[in-house]
Amino acid sequence: MTPSYYLLLSALLFTIGAVGVLVRRNAIVVFMCVELMLNAVNLTLVTFARINGTLSGQVMAFFVMVVAAAEVVVGLAIIMSIFRTRRTASVDDANLLKY
Amino acid sequence: MTGISVPGTNLAMEVQQASGAAGAAWLLLVLPALGAAVLLIGGRRTDKWGHLLGSGTVIAAFVYGLFLFLGTTSLAEDQRVRDLHLFDWMPVNALDVEFGLRIDPLSLTFVLLITGVGALIHIYSIGYMADDRDRRRFFAYLNLFVSAMLLLVLGNGFVTLYFGWEGVGLASFLLIGWYQGKDFAATAAKKAFLMNRVGDVGLALAIFLMFKTMGSTQYDVVFAQIGNQSTATVVAIGLLLLLGACGKSGQFPLQAWLPDAMAGPTPVSALIHAATMVTAGVYLIARCAPIYSLPQAADARLAVMVIGAVTLLIGCVIGCAYDDFKKVLAYSTVSQIGYMILAVGLGPAGYAFGILHLLTHGFFKAGLFLGAGSVMHGMNDEGDIRRMGGLARKMPVTFITWTLGYLALIGFPFLSGYFSKDAIIAAAFSEPGNRGWVFGGIALLGAGLTAFYMTRLLILVFLGKPRWKDLKSEDGRDYHPHEAPATMTIPMIVLAVGSVFAGLVLSGMLPEWLTPSIGPLVEAHGPLSHGMIAVLTVAISALGAGLAFLLFGRGEQPVTRPRRVSFPVRAARADLYGNHLNEALFARPGTWLTRALVYIDNRGVDGLVNGIAASLGGSSGRLRRMQTGFVRSYALSMLGGSILVIAALLMVRFG
Repeated sequence: MTPSYYLLLSALLFTIGAVGVLVRRNAIVVFMCVELMLNAVNLTLVTFARINGTLSGQVMAFFVMVVAAAEVVVGLAIIMSIFRTRRTASVDDANLLKY
Repeated sequence: MTGISVPGTNLAMEVQQASGAAGAAWLLLVLPALGAAVLLIGGRRTDKWGHLLGSGTVIAAFVYGLFLFLGTTSLAEDQRVRDLHLFDWMPVNALDVEFGLRIDPLSLTFVLLITGVGALIHIYSIGYMADDRDRRRFFAYLNLFVSAMLLLVLGNGFVTLYFGWEGVGLASFLLIGWYQGKDFAATAAKKAFLMNRVGDVGLALAIFLMFKTMGSTQYDVVFAQIGNQSTATVVAIGLLLLLGACGKSGQFPLQAWLPDAMAGPTPVSALIHAATMVTAGVYLIARCAPIYSLPQAADARLAVMVIGAVTLLIGCVIGCAYDDFKKVLAYSTVSQIGYMILAVGLGPAGYAFGILHLLTHGFFKAGLFLGAGSVMHGMNDEGDIRRMGGLARKMPVTFITWTLGYLALIGFPFLSGYFSKDAIIAAAFSEPGNRGWVFGGIALLGAGLTAFYMTRLLILVFLGKPRWKDLKSEDGRDYHPHEAPATMTIPMIVLAVGSVFAGLVLSGMLPEWLTPSIGPLVEAHGPLSHGMIAVLTVAISALGAGLAFLLFGRGEQPVTRPRRVSFPVRAARADLYGNHLNEALFARPGTWLTRALVYIDNRGVDGLVNGIAASLGGSSGRLRRMQTGFVRSYALSMLGGSILVIAALLMVRFG
């Protein structure tokens, strides 16, 4: 069990998440990709905690989870209301706030 | 009681604290100031009795001044210089300017001159300004002037002096521009104000320099410490004070405003521009005798003498060519003040004579101006002497008083000008070496020219054929010359009596009386004896007067001024190009400078500011386009930014 495999996996997950955020239009999918990135970071934190034998990384991971849970609640609510008003969840259509 | 001996001079200054009757000396300032305030604030309600109040305050100040004077004469000589502390004016850390008065022989002499001549002229103005609907305001300004002038001579520090100095400048401005509706009066007022400012800058700089080097601007401190200062400082202070004196006294190169100041009513010309305000420069230099008497200040003193000598010649020469009654007298004033400046520039040998000439001049020049005013009053305000002539029969009182003033001015033996002017000429001759011959010669030549132009004036106005008979004044009326009312003739008579006897009475006792203020008179003896100089002066004056009789006393005089004249006359008519000089040296370069500055401001400074604003506005307009509203592009730039930051961190850490 080499810790670097975990790091590689989390990098892979983060990249998938980042690319997903950049290329997908559906807000729900973008949202899921954001979650993926958060969890990739969580994995990194926990791995480093294990490598260093300290707890702070794990504590950070818990923080991220709590914040992510709250974020999901707010984010989903926003997406729901956007969908209700515009009958679409495409992030490219929600572009009113511009120059 | 503090005893301060001024090093390097023979002036031992004993300054006492004023008490008793002198303790209320502030009344001198407050009375006329109160008069001015009541008349200005009271407005039209005070129209009926305004002139009486205005005259009353000055007469009261004169009576109180006389009282102070008599009180001072009864004191011992070393107790005659008294300071009256009133309040701390500007107590700011190192700068502690106190508002106080100095009551000493010099200031009391001026107080008597200002309030005495001032009171006479107030009375004269009652008659002269009777037809002016704003007579009350006129008296308010006159009172303001008297108050400021008294502050100027009574202040016990340079800052109080400067306060009064500016006050008389303001009053002078208001009174020269009295006929505001007329362009020339408004212009003359502005000109006087601006040219005075040039001098005032000199005085202000001198005060700054005193504060910087000696830490105080009070007379007692400055005069006690001036001897310890470097030669450069002393000379700089002396020259800057001289610049101030030049501005206020109409001395070269700032003489051009004084003749223009004749645009004001004649009493103003008499009070301000002949008898009192213009003598402030002479007062300043005499008051600063402890500075100018220092051996280090020899260069500054030479500059004073040169300015005085040059001005007295300029005034005489121009006076010979003018045809305006008051302007000839104005140039005469310029040249007589040149005599005074020359005298005070001579140092201890001349201070007293300068003041003596100032006093006698105050009498006869005020009288001459009042006479001119009386003539113009009777001649529909006509000022051109070529349209006069033969007025002696029509105005006997004016003629006699004017002639007495005239004789006093040209130095007729045993009239007042004889004593004061001869003393100055003798003192000028007694300067060592070639200087004595130069300054003495100029003063002597000036005496001859003075006699010439004054005689010309006398002949053209009062003698000869009445040229006005077939003429009409500008407003189309015939001339009906008549004698002035009693309020005007009485002051003229009093001043004429003064012109006759002032020199005789004052010349003996004035030097001794002024000793506590300006040091004892040093009798100087030149190559020529006093008797010889007196004879020479009278002879040259007689020559000038005789020449004038030869030229103007016979035959017809043209009513319009001759056009084809020689170069000297043309130059003199053009004020010896004084205005051209000022314009070429200061006004035009000043205009160019301001134009260039405006150009730089518009194109350079504004261009820079506007350019920066425009480029910022344009670039932000383009940058705005980056806000596309597409979340994914924001996310991309965020990612890009993060990668950049991380890369930079890694570079720093491991690179």
